[in-house]
This record gives sequence, structure tokens and C-alpha cells, in this order.
Amino acid sequence: MFQIVRKQEMAKGTIIRFDINAPKIAKKVLPGQFVIIRVNETGERIPLTVADKDEFAGIITIIFQVVGKTTALMRSLKVGDMLKDVVGPLGRPAEIHKIGTVIMVGGGTGTAILHHVAKGFKDAGNYVIGIVGARDSEMLILENEMSVICDELIVTTDDGSNGTRGFVTEPLKRYLEERYDIKLVYAIGPILMMKNICAMTKRFNVNTMVSLNPVMIDGTGMCGGCRVKVNNETKFCCVDGPDFNGHLVDFDELEKRNALYMKEEKISLLFSIR
Amino acid sequence: MQEHDVKYLKFKTYLNTYCPFCHNSFNVERKDVRWTVMKSIYQGQEMELKLSPYLDVFDVETSLAMPRGDVLDDLICPFCNKSLVNKDIVCAECGSPAAEVIISAVSRLIPFFICLKHGCEWHGISKSDERKIKLKIPRQEMPEQDQTLRIHNFQEVPYGYTSELALLEAGRCLQCKNPKCVEGCPVNIDIPNFVRLVAEEKFNEAAKKVKERNVLPAICGRVCPQESQCEATCILGHKDRPVAIGRLERFVADFERKMDLVKVPLIKTNTGLKVAVIGSGPAGLTVAADMRQLGYSVTIFEALHEPGGVLTYGIPEFRLPKSIVNFEIDYLREMGVRIELNHVIGNILTMDELLEYFDAVFIGVGAGLPSFMGISGETLGNVFSANEYLTRMNLMKAYRFPEYDTPMPKGMKVIVVGGGNVAMDCARTAMRTGAAEVTIVYRRSRAELPARGEEVHHAEEEGIKFMLLTSPVRYIGSDFNSIKAVECIRMELGEPDSSGRRRPVPIDASNFIMECNMAVVAIGNGPNPILFQSTPNLKLNKWGYIDTDPITLETSIPYVYAGGDIVTGAATVIQAMGAGRIAARAMHEKLQKSPPKKKKVTT
Repeated sequence: MFQIVRKQEMAKGTIIRFDINAPKIAKKVLPGQFVIIRVNETGERIPLTVADKDEFAGIITIIFQVVGKTTALMRSLKVGDMLKDVVGPLGRPAEIHKIGTVIMVGGGTGTAILHHVAKGFKDAGNYVIGIVGARDSEMLILENEMSVICDELIVTTDDGSNGTRGFVTEPLKRYLEERYDIKLVYAIGPILMMKNICAMTKRFNVNTMVSLNPVMIDGTGMCGGCRVKVNNETKFCCVDGPDFNGHLVDFDELEKRNALYMKEEKISLLFSIR
Repeated sequence: MQEHDVKYLKFKTYLNTYCPFCHNSFNVERKDVRWTVMKSIYQGQEMELKLSPYLDVFDVETSLAMPRGDVLDDLICPFCNKSLVNKDIVCAECGSPAAEVIISAVSRLIPFFICLKHGCEWHGISKSDERKIKLKIPRQEMPEQDQTLRIHNFQEVPYGYTSELALLEAGRCLQCKNPKCVEGCPVNIDIPNFVRLVAEEKFNEAAKKVKERNVLPAICGRVCPQESQCEATCILGHKDRPVAIGRLERFVADFERKMDLVKVPLIKTNTGLKVAVIGSGPAGLTVAADMRQLGYSVTIFEALHEPGGVLTYGIPEFRLPKSIVNFEIDYLREMGVRIELNHVIGNILTMDELLEYFDAVFIGVGAGLPSFMGISGETLGNVFSANEYLTRMNLMKAYRFPEYDTPMPKGMKVIVVGGGNVAMDCARTAMRTGAAEVTIVYRRSRAELPARGEEVHHAEEEGIKFMLLTSPVRYIGSDFNSIKAVECIRMELGEPDSSGRRRPVPIDASNFIMECNMAVVAIGNGPNPILFQSTPNLKLNKWGYIDTDPITLETSIPYVYAGGDIVTGAATVIQAMGAGRIAARAMHEKLQKSPPKKKKVTT
């Protein structure tokens, strides 16, 4: 059993932050790695990337968007409540080296994961440019945290209520056109965003890493449910990823696979309300 | 005189007795019990002599007290009044005269001898007749759930033997002097002795006898491929069908559990040494039990949220009830084995960290990375690896969706690719979740199906179709990105390959398209890379499995052992247990001879 020691609601209660007491995981987890959570006995296993950790306090932070039954159930949990199972750290950590200038692009809840990776790149001595986007200013998360980590931070919102109006791709394009020293773009967010960014960086020939979030069950390589096509090879996101070279990922297929359980998701949610 | 070769045979089934001369039946029903009643002469007086239904006790109803040790004067048929005493035979134990009656057993008439001395236990049939009878008892089938009902539920299919059936089946064993069955068993269970104990109605002792060599008899009795192991070498199998050793094993284990006779074995004094076991599947559980019994402190690390490995996530409820797996695991816990769930070794703790704290490590992580054929359309919706399908259904209980949160994969027309036990499990699970048609597509012919005979038989009974000598080449998707059909090609068998099986070769232009809306790929598993990624000094073989010493199962890292599927590639539960046993013995010997020097002491 894993205790929730802190809870914070962000973005009008649609994005939740949990600090969970998991000392063994906190000691080991690296940026880019995820945990699998099962809330209770009848629960499903859902993968959530670790957004931060405090290895001395033995705490890991997860940030998730409320989208279905399990996340809605998690929103209803209070500080002091227990999660049945937390497994991790899983997946390969992000490959962080000192390479120069990197651009970290985060969209929506993706910023939560990005924040941990960005911190890693900054600690490794890189010049970190951050671009975070959201629908509007209320949906924007971790702006302060990102501004501390990044050497430059650009905020975009779809409606212009905070920062520049528009999508994250626009400032990214400007950077790619203006600066020639960008070694890497790290993009984490909705599949469509990552797909568009990869199409763009390919034109500029800049390496791009993306973090994928396919349907997953065990998270240890056993079920193969999280298979994605990377460079026309079948890869398992949980053991080969979750970070992949964005130029090689087949995003269309990933998008289709992630939409497979829409119907069941609704049934499950309705069942829990009843 | 042929006194030497008479032997009592306990049939534990009601026997009919007849007069050898007039063939009248001696059987009399009294209070629902079938007695054998004859006339006897004792001290000149005529009395009734009554034999118990199993003919093992004789009882003289007399007004005179007949002391034990006294001998009857004569035994007479109450119908023809002829003496039943056979002058050619005397009791081999006390030398008293003996009578002969006829019994009917397995539709044969056989002479049965009774010593006339009160209290003498010498009564039975001749050994040559016994052998003939044994060969005549048919192999006993297990009662099972009706096939039309069972495809709608997840309850176990066979109910198991009743004591009567078990006694009858155990009675078939020839008790060979040089038993071949023991050689066929990967953990060398003392089969003849355990079967003899069953025949003697000592079920608890029989269970203990099995447990001397096998920690998980209730599980092995259900999932072992006996027909290619112990039963394959049974002498009875040359002429008739072999003794149903697996069913008897299951019976004694179930008997012990249901009667609450399971006792935690004696644990040797603590050696002060610690052993870590990675993976709680059959290999890991065996090592843990053996090492704990030898007095080591044992901790099992399991990656999932339930222990049991393949027994929990892989084998379905209707073949191996989870209550049995849980019972066996609780038994280990009672022995003092610690089980740490949700621990993915390699990530949360590395091998080096384990070796700092533990004196020896056993790797039993299994082969859990599903293989795909690499054909187009494998990432379509409703195309699953067998692991994903079974994990959803068994571990996550998706068949109870939406009560349980994990969605259940469903299809009306299902194809399952592969011919092993896993393929049968997937097909039978699909049948139980409302599929109208389930077809197993296998590239070789029927004779090469690697599944247990019983599973193939059950699958056929449940209406699963077999499309043999066929292989899929492409999955075709619908507009909604879900599978709608599969294109297959016909195969023929060519020359034998390295595994000795005939290699399937595609027949040109024999492609055809079959409609389906769900496909499960059950073509095997490879080694999981997680542990190896953080343990570069662990030597692997050319197939990516762990390279071990063939005798001790020690890996390239000292004090680290490995066994089960992670060494051999996908195999059976009992083979994994056999490997676990070997590794535990080697580990014990090495730890006793030269315990490792601790690098540093951590808590």
C-alpha cells in the first residue's frame, strides 16, 4: 500500500498532482521513467510518468489528467488515502547528456513529464529552452517550475490568455529558423502535437525525442499491448521506450491504437457513476 | 500346493461372489450393504459366515464364541451344499486349509481364496490373476462439467476423481520393480509408492509421498503434460492406456487440501544465510520452498501485483482455479517465505544490490516477451498477443468487466494462431466470453500439436475448430482500424528441422481470406530484457536466454542461479520446477561449502 501524502488540483480540477510515499521507487527513478498504478482490488493498471521525486523524503510525484474511470476515482482520493499498488520505476530513462542547447516542448499534461526531463537536462549542464502550451491560462500547469529550470521559457495558449496566442509549433519554428546550435528537441504532449513537431524538425534535420503513452497493462514487457511501430519495427513502449526517436515513430498507428477502447472507457465510467 | 503366489488385492469396489460349482450368488443385501454369506461348520455346528463387502474381513455369526486363531471345520455353499474347501491350497501364512470361491471382477470370473482360520488375513487371488485383472480395469475418466454448460462459465472443467474412482485407478498400477514412470517425471516423484498408498486408501500418506519431491502437486496434477512424461513410460501403456498418474496426483493433493491435512513441514535450524528469488512462477516457488525447508531465509520478488507468475496470469481459471494457486502460495508464506510484490528487479533493485544483501540469488523470471510474426496488420485493434489476452482475462479479471476496470476483448469470430497449451487456453477463454466461432490456426498437422492431449480434447468438445496446416500472412483492418479478416496460406510438411519436427512449407498460391473480428497470436515468447539491461555481466546464450552450468544451473555470476523458461525457452510448469529443484540443491551445497564473503553489511 502506498500513501498519498499531498494532493493538488490544477487546471480547474482536471489535472491532479499526487505526492506518493514510495521510498524505494524514489531512490531509483530517473527522468522519463514511469510507474504503474492500480488503485484498488478491482482496478486496472495505468501507466503514469513520474513528474518529480524527492529521494530523501522518499516521495514520487505524479501528475495526471482526469480522462476516464480510474483517473476520476483517483481525483476522489484524499491525502492519507492508500493506493493498492505502485510498480516502478519502469521503462528506460531519458538519455540525458551534456550536448549544448536543447528545446523542451510540452503540451497540456505532457508538461508534467517534460518538467522532470528538462530538470535532468539542465542539471547535466545544457542550455534549456522551454516551450509550454495549453488551451488557456487556466489549463496551463507548472509554469513557475519550468521558468526556474529553463534558461528561456515561452508560453503559448490557444486563446492568448497567457503568453503568445497559438500553438507550440510556432515559437519552435522560429527557434529552429533563428538558431543553428539546437542539438535536440524533446517533445511531450498530445500525439497530434508530437506528430506535427516531428514533421517540422525533420525538415530542419534536428534530432527529436518523443515520449509515448500507448495502452499498457503490465508495463514489464509481458503483454505487448503497448506495441508501437518505430522505424517499421514493432517495439514495446514499456521496455524499449517510452522515449523514442520521433522521426521514426508511426504516429498515425499509435493514434488509432489509443482510440481502441473509447467505448469501454465510457461503459466503465458510466458503471462507476451508477 | 501353490501356496506361495496368493495375494490379497484390495479393489475397494463391491465384488460379487459365486459358488464355483452351482454358480449361485452368495451376495445378500442387508441395510444397503452387500455381504457375502456362506455356511460354515465349527465344532460340528452349522453357522452363517459373513464376509464384508470388500471381502477383507470375515465374521462368523455363532452362538458359540469362536476365539481368534481357531480354524473352521468346513465352508459350505448354502445352495448346493458342496464343500468349498480346495484341498490343493493351504494358507501361506498359517498353513490352515483354505476355501475357494469365484468372484467377478471387471467382467471376468476369478478364483478367490479364503483362509479358514479366524483372524488370519490371508485371503485373495493369485498373482497371475491379479495381473490379468489389473490389465482389464479400464482407465478411469474424471467426471467433468457438461460441455454445453461449461462454455458459459469459468469454473473448472474436470471435477477430479472421487475416492472410489481413485481406488479403482490406483488398483491398475502393476507396481513394477523397475518403474519407468519415475524416470519420465522431471522431479522423479516416487510414483509406484504413492499409487500404492492410494490403493491402500492412505490418501494423506500418498499426498505426503508426492510432496517429498513436488511442492505443487495440485497444480502439476492439473497442468503437467503427463502423456509425454510419466504416463508415456508406463508399462501398462504398451497394451492398454497408462495409469492416470496425473489425475491421481491431483486427487491426493485435493484430498489433503480439502480435508485440511496440509502441515507446514519441519524447517531446519536457521542457517543465517539469505536467498533472493526473482519471479514467483513455478521455478521460483520450488526454489523458495526447498531453500526455506533447508533453513535459509528466503525472499521472493515478483513484478506483478499477484504472485504465481504464469500460474496466475497465464493459465485460465477453468483449467487451474486461482484458489489453488493462492493456497499453495499461502503455504509458502506459512513456511516463512517472504514475498515482495510489485518489485521489478533490474529497475527497483539491481543484481549487484541484491548480492550485497543476499548470499545467493535464483533467477526464475520466465520467458515473458511475446513473439509476433512480423506480418502486416499486427498492430490493428483486436489483434492481441496471447499474453495480453490472458493477462487481461486472468490477472485483471476482464471477463468481469465493468465490475473490474480492465476492458474485455470480445469477438464473435475469433482466430487463435498457434497450437500449444496457450493457444488452447485462449481459444477456450474466447468461447466462454460469447464468441460464436473460434478457430485455431496451426501451421503443422494434428500430430505435431504441442498442447496436452486433454486440452485438445476439451477444446474440440467445446466446439473449437481446428484449421491445420495453415498460417496467417496478413491481417486486414476495417475502416475503424479493427481487424475484419485474416489472409492465410496453406502449408505442407517438408523435411524435419533441427527440433525433429517436420518443417511446414507454404503451398504456392493457396492463399485464402477468412473473416474474423478478433485474433490472438499464441506463437510463443522470448526472454524479457529488463533484468539483462542492468546486469551486463550475466552471460546469455545465442538465443538470448541465460547461459548456465548444465549441472548446477549456476550462471556466469557466482552465487547467482537460473532455471525455468529463462534458461530453456518456453517449456512446461514441471520442467521449471525440476530446474528449481536442481538449482536449490546446488545452491545449498555451494553455500554450505563456501559461503560468500560479504562485501558490506546493509539492512
